[in-house]
Amino acid sequence: MYSKWCAGCHGEDGKGDGPAAAHMLPRPRDFTGAVYQIRTTANGQLPTDADLRHSIDDGLFGTAMPGWKGRLSDAERRDVLAYLKTFSAFFADTSQRPVALAFGREPGSDVRVGRQFYDSIGCRKCHGDLGRGDGPSAPTLKDDAGFPIFAADLAQNWRFNGGGDVAAIYRRLRTGLDGTPMPSFSDLIDQKFLTADELWHLAQYVRSLSPARTPELHDVLHAPEVRGPLPAAPDDSAWNRVAATWFPLVGQVIHKSRWFTPAIAGVWVQALHDGRALALRITWDDRSQSPDSAWAPFTQRVLAAVAGDDSAAAAAPWPDQLIVQFPTKIPEGMERPYFLMGATTQPVYQWRWTSARRTSGRAVAGLARGIERFDSLPAAAAPAAQAVYDHGQWRLVLTRALATPDSADELQFRTGRAIPVAFFGQDGSNGEFGTRMAVSTWYFLALDQPTPPRVFVTPVVAIAVTLGLGLVLVRRAQQRGTKA
Amino acid sequence: MRAFGMLAVVVVGLAGLAAAGRSPQAGGSVTGKVRFTGAKPVMAKIDMSDESVCKAKYPATPTEESVVVNPNGTLANVFVYVKAGLPAGYTAAAPAGDVVLDQNGCRYHPHVLGIQTGQKLAIKNSDGILHNIKAVGKANRPFNVSQPTSMTTERVFSAPEVMVPLECNVHGWMHAYLGVLPHGFFAVTGADGSFSIKGLPPGTYTIEAWHEKYGTQVATVTVTAGAKTQDFTFTAR
Repeated sequence: MYSKWCAGCHGEDGKGDGPAAAHMLPRPRDFTGAVYQIRTTANGQLPTDADLRHSIDDGLFGTAMPGWKGRLSDAERRDVLAYLKTFSAFFADTSQRPVALAFGREPGSDVRVGRQFYDSIGCRKCHGDLGRGDGPSAPTLKDDAGFPIFAADLAQNWRFNGGGDVAAIYRRLRTGLDGTPMPSFSDLIDQKFLTADELWHLAQYVRSLSPARTPELHDVLHAPEVRGPLPAAPDDSAWNRVAATWFPLVGQVIHKSRWFTPAIAGVWVQALHDGRALALRITWDDRSQSPDSAWAPFTQRVLAAVAGDDSAAAAAPWPDQLIVQFPTKIPEGMERPYFLMGATTQPVYQWRWTSARRTSGRAVAGLARGIERFDSLPAAAAPAAQAVYDHGQWRLVLTRALATPDSADELQFRTGRAIPVAFFGQDGSNGEFGTRMAVSTWYFLALDQPTPPRVFVTPVVAIAVTLGLGLVLVRRAQQRGTKA
Repeated sequence: MRAFGMLAVVVVGLAGLAAAGRSPQAGGSVTGKVRFTGAKPVMAKIDMSDESVCKAKYPATPTEESVVVNPNGTLANVFVYVKAGLPAGYTAAAPAGDVVLDQNGCRYHPHVLGIQTGQKLAIKNSDGILHNIKAVGKANRPFNVSQPTSMTTERVFSAPEVMVPLECNVHGWMHAYLGVLPHGFFAVTGADGSFSIKGLPPGTYTIEAWHEKYGTQVATVTVTAGAKTQDFTFTAR
């Protein structure tokens, strides 16, 4: 069972060095050390069987480790658990009996107190002032094996390895994440630096940094029509009134050089149009404003740690990049160009923005004919671009007229149609360049038309008519009954 | 800062005495110097500009401490210990006093230290700013504790291990190395590069000298009553 399902990543000898491991960051668990991140036991202790069972059943969110509950039977998972414990002598040592900590009950929420302790115990050093993993020590972080490791982005709790609810966060604060730089804070309770309730409040504060609900997948990005002008600045308050849609990104693992460890987990996108132009605001968390010399050693460690499958070595440092992709024309049917940047026979129309040219005020528009060929179009038709970088987050607004003179190459936006759209992102400080990027699949952009009044009136009329007819029928039936 | 190094030598020296049953006159001793030959490596400067509390403790920009060559051409921070040769099953009760590791000026004092199994390591934060103290042993269970303020955390090591790396992840340059032994026959070279292991029962011992950058060297030494000299030499590479 282990050889078939686990050894590909964790290695035949449990050392975390299976054939797939070299592409991964974080690396698969090395079972020989018996050091586990997700536990209910005190810092440094072995996990309980229930802890291991939880990780096997549900996987580790935000990593390559899937949950096995649906794939392996109960007995199979129990056997795998017993087998992986044999890789370390610690489990056979009877003096090392793991005991789950008593975590107590969550008190009523007080995120204000939680924020005070976020500051006073130094969370910001790694996780940053707003929790996006961009603290001053973040670029220097390594795991026990010396591999570079990101401080968690606390605004994406659905990617927390051990779960993102308040209770799970509190457990991580008490136990630490062994094998990583994340320490335990239990000693602070013992030494009366803070109380258990105050540590709970910190967990509540951390939880409050993420959306109330895990973002759901939506196929369609709606662009409501507004009366102009469109907000061109990324921090224009008009954007606060526009719904944001989450589009997850994953590593580009189709075309060499493949990339299994992208830094950008996804993009939040908002869209507006005024009948003449379209504005997209794209917001994404990125721990560094690349190129950033503070992150240069991190970049080198990533490149040294992750096996590339080609020898193409471009010169660091690399900027951050965001690409929005459309077909060149709105398709009539369901046919769309190849999502991964089109093909020679069927190019795609792209907007490419990079942090290296952020002051130019424009992105580059062009045609991609496959992932390695991009032909830029005249700058006059390129979208206007304004970006801000703030506390581990990029906010970028791209604006272009719906119609342009070059209707052969440049997509002509029209209302009321499903316009395919896709997104690509690169974090230069994570060693992402060329084909090493995060990608999405095709989604749809819909430029909404102003809703005509009949849309609201018609259903009401229909309901009234149906009700009326129904009443007439009932009345008739009753009359017939009386006569009989 | 040098005073801390001296203190460390005194502390481990005392530990050695205690381990020998408080009768240092009994048995022999191994003393010597650890020399360094070749070009002295240039240590990287540490940028402490994000930590004004620490930066203020240094008149000039502090440097990393992975290689500290003394003015007399000897090497500091070498852990010298009895690796083999004690009677089978030899153990010594852990001395009562704590071994102190101090975080001061965003550096560890001492940089290299030894401790006996079962003895307490008192990890002190004298800076009053956030440090985390992380032990990344293999034979011992790891730990990683947050110290956001002036405080002391105590930990005990159960298994012999040379060395247990200690580090702070808030300040990536902070590294210390802890030798854990079931006996007290160890010493760390200080500002004059010398070491002294006292109270050894007569016998033939494998003495190992460990350095974080230059690895290990071993020597076989036969000890009778009295002092025996054994020097080591590490070469730049």
